[in-house]
Amino acid sequence: MIKLFKNLKKIDLFYIVIAFILIVGQVFLDLKMPDYMSEITKLVQTEGSLMKDILANGGYMLLCAFGSLVCAIITGYIIANISARFSKNVRKKLFNKVLDLSTTEINDFSTSSLITRTTNDITQLQMFIAMGLQLLIKSPLTAIWAVTKILNKSWEWSSLTLIAVVIILTTISILLSIVLPKFKIIQKLIDKINNITRENLNGIRVIRAFNAEKYQEKKFEETNENLTKTLLFNQKAFAIMQPVMYLVMYFLTLSIYIVGIVLIKNSLMADKISVFGDMIVFSSYAMQVIMSFLMLAMIFMMLPRANVSASRINEVIDKDITIKNGKLKEGNLDKVGTVEFKNVYFKYPDAEEYILEDISFKVERGETVAFIGSTGSGKSTLINLIPRFYDVTSGEILVDGVNVKDYDMQYLYNKLGYVPQKAILFNNSVKENIIYGDNGKEKTNEVIKKAIEISQSKEFVEKMENNEDSMISQRGTNVSGGQKQRLAIARAIAREPEIYIFDDSFSALDYKTDSKLRHELKKYTKDATSLIVAQRIGTIMNADKIIVLDKGKCVGIGKHKELLKTCEVYKQIALSQLSKEELEDA
Amino acid sequence: MPRGPRKIEKAKDFKGSILKLFKELKSFRVLITIGLVLAALGSILSIMAPNRLSDLIDEISKGLVVNTENLETISNNVQDSFKEEKIENVIRNVLNIEINENTITEIMASSEITENEKLEFQKFLNSVNLDNQQTILTNLSLLPNSVLKILFKESIYENIKVSSYDKIQLLSIITSMKNGNMKDINLSDTLANIFFNEIKIDDVKISPIDEAKFVNIMSTVNKDDEITSIYSKIDEMPESIQKVTEPIMNIKKIKNIVILLVILYLLSALFTYIQSISMTIVSNNFAKKLRTNITKKINKLPLKYFDKNQTGDILSRVTNDVDTIAQSMNQSFASIVSSLTLFFGTIIMMFITNWLMAITAILASLIGFIFMFKILSKSQKYFFQRQKYLGDINGHIEEVYSGLNVVKVYNGKKVACDKFDILNEKVFNANRKSQFLSGLMMPMMNFIGNFGYVAVCIVGALLTMNGYITFGVIVAFITYVRLFTSPLSQIGQAMTSLQTIAASSERVFEFLDEEEMSNQKEITKILDKDKVKGNIEFENVQFTYDGNDKPTIKNFNAKIKAGQKVAIVGPTGAGKTTMVNLLMKFYEINKGDIKIDDISTKKLTRENIHNLFTMVLQDTWLFEGTIKENIIYNRENISDENVKNVCKIVGIDHFIKTLPNGYNSKLSDNDNVSAGQRQLLTIARAMLSDTPFLILDEATSNVDTRTEELVQNAMDKLTKNKTSFIIAHRLSTIKNADLILVMKDGDIIESGNHKELISKKGFYSELYNSQFEV
Repeated sequence: MIKLFKNLKKIDLFYIVIAFILIVGQVFLDLKMPDYMSEITKLVQTEGSLMKDILANGGYMLLCAFGSLVCAIITGYIIANISARFSKNVRKKLFNKVLDLSTTEINDFSTSSLITRTTNDITQLQMFIAMGLQLLIKSPLTAIWAVTKILNKSWEWSSLTLIAVVIILTTISILLSIVLPKFKIIQKLIDKINNITRENLNGIRVIRAFNAEKYQEKKFEETNENLTKTLLFNQKAFAIMQPVMYLVMYFLTLSIYIVGIVLIKNSLMADKISVFGDMIVFSSYAMQVIMSFLMLAMIFMMLPRANVSASRINEVIDKDITIKNGKLKEGNLDKVGTVEFKNVYFKYPDAEEYILEDISFKVERGETVAFIGSTGSGKSTLINLIPRFYDVTSGEILVDGVNVKDYDMQYLYNKLGYVPQKAILFNNSVKENIIYGDNGKEKTNEVIKKAIEISQSKEFVEKMENNEDSMISQRGTNVSGGQKQRLAIARAIAREPEIYIFDDSFSALDYKTDSKLRHELKKYTKDATSLIVAQRIGTIMNADKIIVLDKGKCVGIGKHKELLKTCEVYKQIALSQLSKEELEDA
Repeated sequence: MPRGPRKIEKAKDFKGSILKLFKELKSFRVLITIGLVLAALGSILSIMAPNRLSDLIDEISKGLVVNTENLETISNNVQDSFKEEKIENVIRNVLNIEINENTITEIMASSEITENEKLEFQKFLNSVNLDNQQTILTNLSLLPNSVLKILFKESIYENIKVSSYDKIQLLSIITSMKNGNMKDINLSDTLANIFFNEIKIDDVKISPIDEAKFVNIMSTVNKDDEITSIYSKIDEMPESIQKVTEPIMNIKKIKNIVILLVILYLLSALFTYIQSISMTIVSNNFAKKLRTNITKKINKLPLKYFDKNQTGDILSRVTNDVDTIAQSMNQSFASIVSSLTLFFGTIIMMFITNWLMAITAILASLIGFIFMFKILSKSQKYFFQRQKYLGDINGHIEEVYSGLNVVKVYNGKKVACDKFDILNEKVFNANRKSQFLSGLMMPMMNFIGNFGYVAVCIVGALLTMNGYITFGVIVAFITYVRLFTSPLSQIGQAMTSLQTIAASSERVFEFLDEEEMSNQKEITKILDKDKVKGNIEFENVQFTYDGNDKPTIKNFNAKIKAGQKVAIVGPTGAGKTTMVNLLMKFYEINKGDIKIDDISTKKLTRENIHNLFTMVLQDTWLFEGTIKENIIYNRENISDENVKNVCKIVGIDHFIKTLPNGYNSKLSDNDNVSAGQRQLLTIARAMLSDTPFLILDEATSNVDTRTEELVQNAMDKLTKNKTSFIIAHRLSTIKNADLILVMKDGDIIESGNHKELISKKGFYSELYNSQFEV
């Protein structure tokens, strides 16, 4: 947590100092008030006091109260600013860091966890600073100051207050020790409730097909029962808190009075009134002390949660970025559009086995190269090495004749048109989605039109309400899977890249659209190199080169017909999709 | 525990939702009544307590004032003894000055008296008229003590021996009194005995000597002295007088008040506890009931509901909304009752105690509250803003993080950052404004409290000094001001809670009130799974999804004979999956009929139909649980052997065995079971069912083609004599079907087996051949 506070700017520190001074002032004024109260008490008690004096003291007290209010308002303003700016800065820092993380690191955290870290955890921290920072300064200050004010008044009263504080703190800590572990359980049970309900919703057809409604209901009911029980336990335990606090406070006042009676009785006639005044003042200070301890206890309740959030944020910020940027801005001009793998090995950092082993091939400008293999053969991983989502474990990958590691990534990316397995669309217009990003070139309307046409999106984009200005909803829920894929392809086309990378990007298209799209694309981008990962033989059988992968190894390179003869794996894949005659015919 | 800021939502129909909520709460009415009554009682107790506390302080403050009654008795007594006549009398009888020949000679002859003194005495003798007592006394006092000693001879008065010294002292006191000097009257014990009689007050005897001391001390008091200095004189008084003038605290009364207070506090704490416990029980059990009802409702809703509503929305009703209702209900119901009781109770009590003070207290706090509510109503805007901007930035973050690879490769970082910065700045501004305004609440409350305090004190002091009220009333009012201000803000908070409850319960009840699937009570016909032959006939089936203009299925006709393997193909949106949904009676058809063995499915219950079918879908659905549980799913009498067998058939047995716990391994969202393996597991699950019909809807789309072939072969063996429907993108999957139905735009446009269709050179062959095109 402290580490994160380094993100406060100098100006914030200055503000904190001011806030601190203001809080000191506020506490001073707050604690000054009981003095005036006692003065007023005394004046009211004694016969013959002048109204003038009471008014004066009342006025001073009001002045104190007003001063305290002003201090509190300014402090509130400062703290609100500090906490809001703090969260803004940390959020920005975290966001920037996440953008720099490589796929390996992101998988370490998981995307959803990164999202909660950037949203919930930061909000959590901000809340803590907004509430905690003030209390953290104010409560101990009030407690200590109030204690010094009343300490020399009477040890009997002081020890009473001490006992009250001890009772409160013990109650709170016992309660917390009972309740806190249950909170984790509750969180888990809530997740479980959520999971079961999600299960029920996602699997509704299966559940009904199996007539398993009762089964699911029973499962839900068990968790529901459990959750309710745990919640009840916790809340019942917490219900004791308020009455106990209430009792301690009132009994403390009562005891102070009772001790006061004895003290008054034993004191000289002349001192009785001042002892009485002390008694009234003491009881109000004692309340202040108790209250500030309660506040402190509250901070300690909030602290663990904030701390967890802070460390989760730090984990991301402190993460070492494994993929470092290079310096080169241009590749080898003679080798534009070429991609070469030289003895590439790859495995995940902690894994034992290689996902890719000894992969070597070369792709010339304008060639179409396809990768095929069964699930888990490593074809997606292979092409993900080109945009450096991961770095090779050994060997090298050359784009335009230059090792990808040597590129300033921005310039490497300018050469690539990448279409991922899962099409990603942003909550923006169709047009904005297509011209997304920056490749150092202007994207004219003509290019956009062409991209829409080639990607076979024209038909459905024209049917949309505002054509290419129609909005895509978040996560692209208002377009179908196939449409999403086509728009993602249009985006790559609009980039006019040297090298296309299609990571199984035609899977949601029917055969007809698939073949038409590839046909048009080939016409439009004669000079561009294409790397295609696919499952369907039909998609790839006309590629210039087909690379067959099996368990991370390259088991065949060549054209369709050659591979049918030479590569057993390829032949099996092909046969599982088409009949022998069809393969021959094609 | 502190909770995050909750979305502030407004219900469309506040009153309706709350009334509905109360209706639903009927079964908890006993507990609720207990809770609310106790809440009210607790408030009444906490109003009663301050009055008792003020009585206590009144009693204590009685211990500060001397017993003036006794003090007056003493001083009256003393004054009586010191009356002029008595002094005259005493002087006459006690002094008995002997100025005669004897004494004069004695003085003149005395060797102890100096010549000067003798001269003075001579002067005295010459100047005074011995018959006039007054002048004698005045002039006597001027004589030196040595002379007086001889003039005042020791004598006995009323059995008291009065020495010449006493007489000299008496003379000097009289003289100074005559001169109007009343200070430092210090009587010797003898004189005290002569002047004062012993008095008895409250069984305490005060001796004449003590009375003399009293006179002495009181004689030192100046008229202008403060009361405290007079009190300090009392501390110097002899014990007997201190004892009788000591302030009286009525210990018995105090004891009674304290005991009463302790009882009040304990009762009040107990009530609070029982109240919150009962409300906790109510709110949690109610939440549980709602959750159960929602889950049950999910199973009763027609599928068309889920087409229109998102999973996330329903999920948030089960968790967030129910949670919100429970939480807010727990806090707000009792709080409203106790706050209202407190509020009106305090007002009543204040007016009963003192109407002037009551008006002061109410006015003082109202001014503050009007001010505060103005600020708060203004701040609402910023809370909404903050919520909105937070939502915006969270959406952006989610979007960028999920598409991070695209963002990177398209060099979209700058775009992402720019948008982020704009949103972040907006959040920052809304954040600090709303934070600031919400932070104002506490200090404002404090100030209102203090303002009320001062107002009450000043007016109270004024009234106390004029004797209208006692100090205890002020103390009581100090508490009243506090009691009066807190419910106002609590009511405010509770009202916001009620708003949230209304909004949330509206959403929950909306869901619970959704139209359910048609009632099947009248259906008595049951098709026995084991006796069904397996014929299916579609007759002019027409179906339109809710909200669609065009029918998805226009006019579907097909006759399928028992044991046939039927494939349905066609482009996306042709209505393939819809056909399956209709077959399973997930949706009710609009027109036409579907018959199983010549019996209309309209005359069969959904459960009965489901019993006849086994279905595997493209979206693999596995739940959190062990692999075995997932495969057996809701069926009884299935041995481990059976489970292993089907897994072997689909070729996943080996994989399962490599998992740490084999068949008992838990499945969760992110583990190393791939999409293909998940599909195989669901196929295994389906294979365990022995039903006359089988539906495979893209069941093997994620399985690589080689494995698919293996599965297919196994399936074919299993589906022998079963009627099966297969939907697949990969045409290779369906080539060997007995009947291929080619669908387009809701109709069958071609049908036949693979060979027939290819030779037709129609839509199917086009579709099929497109996979070989470049």
